Order: sequence, then C-alpha cells, then structure tokens
Amino acid sequence: MSSTAIRAEGLSKRYTLGDSAPYKTLRESLTSMYRGAARRVRTLGSGAQKKQSFWALRGISFDIQHGEVVGVIGRNGAGKSTLLKILSRITWPTEGRALIHGRIGSLLEVGTGFHPELSGRENIFLNGAIMGMRKAEIAARFDEIVAFAEVEKFVDTPVKHYSSGMYVRLAFAIAAHLEPEILIVDEVLAVGDLAFQQKCLGKMSEVSQAGRTILFVSHNMAVVEKLCQRAILLQDGEIYFQGDTEEAIHRYMHKMLAANQAEGHTFDLSQTTDRRSNVGKLLKRVELYTGDGLPVREGIRLGSGLKLKVYFDLPKPTRSFDVGLGFDSMFGQRMFTAHSMFEPDRQTAERVGPQVFVCDIPSFTLMPGLYTVKIWLDINHALADSVSYAARVNVFESDYYGSGKVPWNGVMVLKHNWYVENPDRSIVAG
Amino acid sequence: MATDTLSHVSHSEIATTVIQPRRPFWHLELGHLWEYHELLFFLVWRDVKVRYKQTALGVAWAILQPLMATLIFSIFFGRLAKMPSDGVPYPVFAFVALVPWQYFANALTESSNSLVASQNLIKKVYFPRLIIPMSSVVAGLVDFCFAFIVLIGMMFYYGIRPSGSIFLFPAFLLLAVATALAAGLWLSALNVQFRDVKHTIPFLAQFWFFATPVVYPSSIVPAKYRMWYGLNPMAGVVEGFRYSMLGKGHPGPMIWVSAAAVAVLLMGGVLYFRKMESTFADIV
Repeated sequence: MSSTAIRAEGLSKRYTLGDSAPYKTLRESLTSMYRGAARRVRTLGSGAQKKQSFWALRGISFDIQHGEVVGVIGRNGAGKSTLLKILSRITWPTEGRALIHGRIGSLLEVGTGFHPELSGRENIFLNGAIMGMRKAEIAARFDEIVAFAEVEKFVDTPVKHYSSGMYVRLAFAIAAHLEPEILIVDEVLAVGDLAFQQKCLGKMSEVSQAGRTILFVSHNMAVVEKLCQRAILLQDGEIYFQGDTEEAIHRYMHKMLAANQAEGHTFDLSQTTDRRSNVGKLLKRVELYTGDGLPVREGIRLGSGLKLKVYFDLPKPTRSFDVGLGFDSMFGQRMFTAHSMFEPDRQTAERVGPQVFVCDIPSFTLMPGLYTVKIWLDINHALADSVSYAARVNVFESDYYGSGKVPWNGVMVLKHNWYVENPDRSIVAG
Repeated sequence: MATDTLSHVSHSEIATTVIQPRRPFWHLELGHLWEYHELLFFLVWRDVKVRYKQTALGVAWAILQPLMATLIFSIFFGRLAKMPSDGVPYPVFAFVALVPWQYFANALTESSNSLVASQNLIKKVYFPRLIIPMSSVVAGLVDFCFAFIVLIGMMFYYGIRPSGSIFLFPAFLLLAVATALAAGLWLSALNVQFRDVKHTIPFLAQFWFFATPVVYPSSIVPAKYRMWYGLNPMAGVVEGFRYSMLGKGHPGPMIWVSAAAVAVLLMGGVLYFRKMESTFADIV
C-alpha cells in the first residue's frame, strides 16, 4: 500500500451540456425561474425536461507505484486533461475516488500567474509560490532556475519585454525545479525550440531517475516511448488499454486509423470526418497494391514495390492540382513525403470530375513497422482537402540485401556494397 | 458536489490525500489554509507592486482619494448643509471615517471580482480558493496605512490629542477587515455563478456608504433605532474609529451589534464559499 503513489478507483466526471456559458446572470436566472414555473403549469403531466450531460471520464481505475513514469495518451477529447485536473484537485470527480501518497506538483500550463509588469526575478518568486514552493526553496534554487532558462542578463527586466521563447523557458525552468514526490505534467513539453525541448526532456529524465513518480500526458509518441515504462490509453473517457508503452502506442495508432472504413487494401475516405477540407470531401478512397499489382493484405515486405491509387474528385475544371502522400512512423515522425509535383513528366492538362492518381514506389525501403499515410489534395497551390490518418502500411522484414541476414536497425535501408582495398590501393575482387 | 478531504495516515510520514466527491462543506480545513500563507503574502505583494508600478500617482492616490472626498464633503455637508459633527471640526470628522470606509469600499470592489479575475489560476493550479478574496482584502491595508499616516497628521494640525482610546483602533480595523472579507466572500462566490453581480457592486457600495455614518454622525439616528442601525457592521467600524482616534462619543452597545452581525456574515460567507468552491474551476 505504501509503495503506491496514485490509486484511482472508478473516477468519473460528468459535465452538463447547456447554454453557451456555464455561468448565468441574475437577470436570466430570475426570468427563467418565472418562465420555468409558467412552463411547468402549462405542461403538467408531460415528461420532465432534462439537461443534457456527458461523461468526460467514466470508471477510471489504475495504480501507479512510486518511481514509475506513466504516460497518458489518447485522442483530443479522450479525457486526459480532465483526469489530470482531478488528480491535481482543480476539479472534482462526480463519482469514484483517488488516493495520493505524497506531495503533488502539477504542470498543467507553464507561466501560470506570470504578471507582465513584474520582472523575471519577481515572477520567479511569484510563480514558484503559486506552484507550491516555499520562499526559502525558491531562493535556494534561484540561480539554477535562471541558468536553466538562460535569462541571466534579463532577470530584472519586466517580463512583458521578454521574447516568447524566453518567457516559455523561464516558465518551464521554474516548474522544472519543483521537486515534488509526484509530478503531473500536461503536454507542456510542446513548447520552445528544439534545443530547449531537449533540455526539458533531459530534466524530466533526471527527475524520473531521481525516483520520482511522473504522470505524463503527451501527443508526442517518441517522448512517451522514451520516458514512460507504462502507458494508459484513454478513449472517450474510458481506459481502452493500460500496460506496456509500445503496445499502448501501437493500439493508439490502430485506433486512429479505425476511424476510416478499412478493408484490407482499400481505405474509404468519403465518410471520414477527421479531416481538413477547405473545398469539400474530395478525397474518396485510396487503394494499396504491391509492385506486382496485387492488393496489399497484411502488409508489404521491406523493399517491395508499393503502389498507392488515390481516387479523388475535382469539382471544377482545373489545370493546377497535386496530391501529396506523407508517410509517418508510429511516433509521428514524417519519414518521407511523396508529392505529384516532383514528377518530371507531370501533365498539366485541364481536368474535371473523378480522378485517379497512382503513386508508384519501386522499392519501399523504410524499416519494418507500422506507418500511417496522410493524404492531401492541393488545388491551385492551396490546400483543398486533407486526411491525416488515411491509410496504413505495415512493413515486414525481408532479406533486403540478399545476404541471408535480415536488417534490424535504423529507420531505413539503402542499397550499398562493401569492397576490400589493398593497402597499395588496388581492389581485391570479392 | 465533489470535494476533497485531507487525512493524515499515521503509519507514514507522507500525507495521504483523498480525492472524492462527498465532503461536508463545513469542514473549513483552516490548518490546510495556513500551509498556503506564503502564497497569500505573495499575491498581496503582487497586487501592491503592480498597482504602484502602473499608476503614475502611485502612493499619492491612496492619500488623494480620502483627502479629495473630505474636501467636497466639508464644503457641501460641513459648511453649506451645516451637518453636526460631534464637536470636532468637520474635516477631521469626515476624514477619520473615510479612512476605514475607503479601505472597505476598495476591498469590496477588488474582492468581489477577484475569483473571476484569477480564472487562469483557478483553472490551472491548486490552492485553497479562500486565498484569492483574502489577498484582495489584505492588499487594501497598504493604502490604508498611508491614509492613516495622513490622518495622524491631520489630527495634529487640528490640535486633537489622541487619548487612551487610541489603543482600541486595531480592534476596529479588524472589524473592518472582517466585514470586507465577509462581503468579499459572498460576492466573489456569487459573481462566479452570476456574472452580473459585478455590475451591482458600485450601486451596493454607494448605498452602503449612505447607510454608514461617514458624512453624518450616528447621533442623528434616534436612540431607539440605534441598535438596529448597528446591524450595518460598518456603522460600528466608523463610530469605533471616531471614538478611538478622537476620543469622543463612545458608540455604546451598537458596537456589539455590529460585531455580532459581522460574525454571522463572515461565518455564512465562509460556508457559502466552501460550498461553491468545488464548482469554481468548472464554471469560472
């Protein structure tokens, strides 16, 4: 029992849907009271009018031990932030309960409470106090915080003069020096430039290595994979899966794709709602074939050819249109982009109505794994329609180099040869 | 209604926090509030510092407000309307009442909107929400200090020697702080739920001003009604201030009525605030 840091038992949170704002005015309340009474008199006997509600979280139960780093992943609206808010005591559960052993530090946002008129120094103390540090603690860590944020020269200037990068660095620096037993972090690493993000990641690893418990929400699967031993996958307010991080990520990716109707090699995009369409739902479907023209079922082998047939519609006659395909790894990293504008033989005749573009990749050399395909259509150099998780390609191992050995490391394979050279620079055959 | 309780598990030094929906709101958790006293001072420090950085007049404003009011009142009430002033020169009579009154009025205005103004904090960070209206009420004391110094100066100018009763003024100041806090708790909690409450504050302050013996002495209220008059806690505060600083006119049993009224108002305010506290983050 004492090694459990956080225990959640059936946590649930219901919000009532209603008018635009959750608050009212006295005037509205008084008039609605009158109207309500009048309505009740008129509709005596008919069913009561219930306010609609929805469950942001339902029956969430899990255990986190001291020293564990657990990631919480899921689509937008799955309930991740609500869960963190409940554990941070910002909002309250409608049902269920949670037990927490230890001091919690919550990072739901960086720079909360920063005041633009105050200097960096003053804001460090203010923000530190808001986050729960004692004045003595802040004073002790003051120099470290300033050094981490790299704002030594500007520490006495009002924060309103800071660049956005400095602002964010300072905010995170304060939060990074919190040192509670349990740290709850909501997506705040998605700030700052790359160098700073590396720094933040480093600090988080440090914190976890020091034996602190971390509960961490992120959309960046690479970071979740790197830092978290376990992950909880939330879907529509419930736990869809909890356990090994890699498997949770895998299931998450599958879930994202399941939004499309997928049958083996055909991905029907005409009904997909998760898309950005400026002109309309022009992308209709995409079909996957191997280099030999056979429909792709389970996946393709490393190095095999891949043909993607994109079916789309052009509502108006147009000369200038292009299709793009983005291949993303399981961690959201763009591995490769294929775009019809790169085709040297690109025809520019005027077209209208249903179209089929085929992207022919002679040899798919990305390493074995699951890749998601993003498809978009540009008309007259402006984005007309785009679907993020349109299709998936599962790449299996193969003896790509014909050596009897299967490549296992890296993100891709490249054709290469090895030679032996004599010290006198002549080549020895074989 | 969802809330949390703090229970200290005896077998481990680390406190166990239990988060659960049911909690009786009459658990005030004052010990827990004390843990955050440093935050209270930081918020007060922030409010004061920011205000003095922003206004060109700065400190002068704290003094000009009551002085200018005193000037106007002295002309129109003191001289032209010939308002009685308990045997003291009218300007001092008005100023000694204006010092606590303006503290109260400003604290009322600031604290009633304090929760909505701090919505960013409320939605992102945990700390007992009582700290927010409390910080508005405490921040006003800084202005009060400057006005008080001017009051002492004015008393010397008019040749009024403070008597032994001056040592009582902290009690009346405390009464003013309690009244400001009580009103602030009610209004700030109501304002989160009903946003137009903010618009009623200027009217409320004006009405309250005339119900309080600032420009007139409470002696114009017939004796048999004076006890009821004490139900306005600021009446007790103002008359108490006049008594302690100027040494004239003991307010009598009215003081105890005021003190009782504040106690009830404050208790009610704290309970109402605690009851609504769990909804703040969702609706602010």
